[in-house]
Amino acid sequence: MKFRIKRYFEKKESIKEYDIPLKDPTLLEALQYIKMKTDPSLTFSSGCRSEICGSCAVRVNGKEKLSCGYKLKNGDFVEALNHATVIKDLVVDTEKPLNTLKSSSASLKEFKKCSMTLEDEKKIEKQSDCILCTSCFSVCPVLEIDGEFLGPFSLSRVYRYVNDKREGDIKEKIDTVQKKGIWDCTLCGECTAVCPQGIDPKNDILMLRVKSSEFGYSDPNFISGGFGDFGGFNPDF
Amino acid sequence: MFDILIIGAGGAGLSAALRAKERGAKVAVVTKSYPTRSQTSMAQGGINAVFDSSKTKDHIKETLKSSCSLGDEEMISKMCKNAKDALKWLDCMGVPFSRTADGKIAQRKLGGAKDPRACYSQDYTGLKILHTLFDKALKEDIQILNEKFLLNFIVSDNVIEGAVFLDIKEMKIETVYAKSIIVATGGYAHLYHGFSTNSSHATGDALAAVMRAGGKLSNLEFIQFHPTALKKSSILISESARGAGGYLLNQNKERFVDELKTRDEVSRAVFEEIEKGNEVFLDIRHLGEEFIDENLPQERKLALFYEGVDPVNDLIPIKPAAHYTMGGIAVNKNLESSIKGLFAVGECSEAMIHGGNRLGGNSLLELIVFAKEAVENALLFAKQRGDFKPLNKEQQQKDENFKETLYRLSNQIDFYEKREMIGKILYQNCGVFREDINLKAALSYIRQTQKELPFMGIGDKSRVYNSNFVEFVEFGNMLELAEALLVAAISRRESRGAHYRIDFPTSHESYKARSIIWKKDGVICGDFIKVGDEV
Repeated sequence: MKFRIKRYFEKKESIKEYDIPLKDPTLLEALQYIKMKTDPSLTFSSGCRSEICGSCAVRVNGKEKLSCGYKLKNGDFVEALNHATVIKDLVVDTEKPLNTLKSSSASLKEFKKCSMTLEDEKKIEKQSDCILCTSCFSVCPVLEIDGEFLGPFSLSRVYRYVNDKREGDIKEKIDTVQKKGIWDCTLCGECTAVCPQGIDPKNDILMLRVKSSEFGYSDPNFISGGFGDFGGFNPDF
Repeated sequence: MFDILIIGAGGAGLSAALRAKERGAKVAVVTKSYPTRSQTSMAQGGINAVFDSSKTKDHIKETLKSSCSLGDEEMISKMCKNAKDALKWLDCMGVPFSRTADGKIAQRKLGGAKDPRACYSQDYTGLKILHTLFDKALKEDIQILNEKFLLNFIVSDNVIEGAVFLDIKEMKIETVYAKSIIVATGGYAHLYHGFSTNSSHATGDALAAVMRAGGKLSNLEFIQFHPTALKKSSILISESARGAGGYLLNQNKERFVDELKTRDEVSRAVFEEIEKGNEVFLDIRHLGEEFIDENLPQERKLALFYEGVDPVNDLIPIKPAAHYTMGGIAVNKNLESSIKGLFAVGECSEAMIHGGNRLGGNSLLELIVFAKEAVENALLFAKQRGDFKPLNKEQQQKDENFKETLYRLSNQIDFYEKREMIGKILYQNCGVFREDINLKAALSYIRQTQKELPFMGIGDKSRVYNSNFVEFVEFGNMLELAEALLVAAISRRESRGAHYRIDFPTSHESYKARSIIWKKDGVICGDFIKVGDEV
């Protein structure tokens, strides 16, 4: 089976083609085969081999995939994730994407004693399935333009804590996602499409917008460049 | 200078870091990867806790029983009695535990337990605990140093002074001094390369480093094999498949074991079938598609993707695989190793809890409870010690030299091939069945391979993120640890828990003891000590 990898080393990019004799391999198995048998310098991250540790996300034909959860196809083109500095080949510096978790304060701030029911737990079940593979960060078009944008996984995680019945200070969380956060998202849904865990950051961001309005926030784009620019609704119309 | 340096950033390391922060200690965490990529993410079953304290004694009794007389009652009691508080700590942090209809944390029954006491988050218990700990660690602004690989401990007069790391991104040697160190680096099941359910990171680097620093390891021979890993990939198919009524069959469609027996018993039965030349399958077809999709969706997905079979219509080919290592760094009751100021917690530590066999749900509990305990003791040590001037100043230079030597090795023998071979040999000769002659054959192979190390090396000579280099150092650690493991397995001339000797099929009173392994002048030494005695 033939496929290509975009290699990166010491600021130089190159595209290399590989032919591997494996039958129906996962992409990770193919990468490991190359490293062990033909080119030990090929560099990639991996861990659990079963889609839970979030180490091995890359882009295949432009779409984010976990290497261990993707079956290689003839002619595939593999490259590193976007919106993170490539260190070598398929390895990126994940610190920057992870730092968005810090600035968005995605954690329980003030524990509130309460009885959490089955339904309460279900409300945060999906969002807390996140494995931090950062695929959604890589695909997000907003980050293409604005590197400061908090990005999908952080916002989903904020929503997970906003929705946690035990959180006693929701306002602080809502405050932190106003700037470079929920209103900057274009709701294109690319993040939702690539999530290997079936999480829906787009919807979580929408829900955060609804929640924000409860705290008196509104869409800053709407006020400055929205209806006002073309005169708004004309009551005489 | 750090009061406590924590090595490893999985469940144990992050818990320790948070506890240290709570106590106002100056702390940092170092990991060879990233926190959320650690083995803890793979724990599915649950975390044991008894909320009705009148029943704690059952948890203690069952853990003791499962340990096959190698558990220490005081340590086990401490763990079980603190379980409720541990769960409260996690709940207050926001771990999304599954709930019952009446708003309580849901609990399920795991193997070897009389009552349902494993708290869980669907099949993602480890993942959700780990990520919640990580969120909290970021909130508390804990310093996390990612992608730094532990090379060696710095020890002077058997007292810890710090550790030397390789920064993987820049391939630079870095030294960190600390008043105390807590090791939380996880297990070594990946020694069974190709036959382990574990992450490829589980190479036991810190255990090998402890041995090089003159410290002691214990009960290395106790390795839990899980009976139902997928045949091709060794990926785990959860016990819930058998719990729900799944059968184990050979190719003649014959059942050959009571599927609900303990993991070690079922693993042995499966291995025996394979040794006879039979193929072994997990069969859940009779449970029906609806039931499978509702209760075992993950198992269906894994079998389909990694083995190419649909459990609704097909048999799932399986084999036993190394899953959890009960042995580790030998620690005393205060979780301190034989090196003063060096503590260990979690799977890397042998804290007289699991003994010969681990009960499901106890590993996550152990790391939460004992992380707190280890921090208290490490902090006490650090306070008594105060700031100090390191006496051992050679370690950094030694490791610089080591690094440069590795870059120059001739690379005539392929270590990746050797790694595969060692996985196979350990699985065959030091797996679920063991025998003196086979263990010794494996030992001589390991020693021969050690001699060949200078003829191995790395093909990638780059000075940026050299994973070929890192994997070679891991391989060296695996070899060092495999030798220790085999010596321990040869020395224990009895069968107990997960250690089953064909030539000594029963337990003996004289081996009701921890096997201890250390290195003196480069030579492996072994001994047995009474459980609970000082190491």
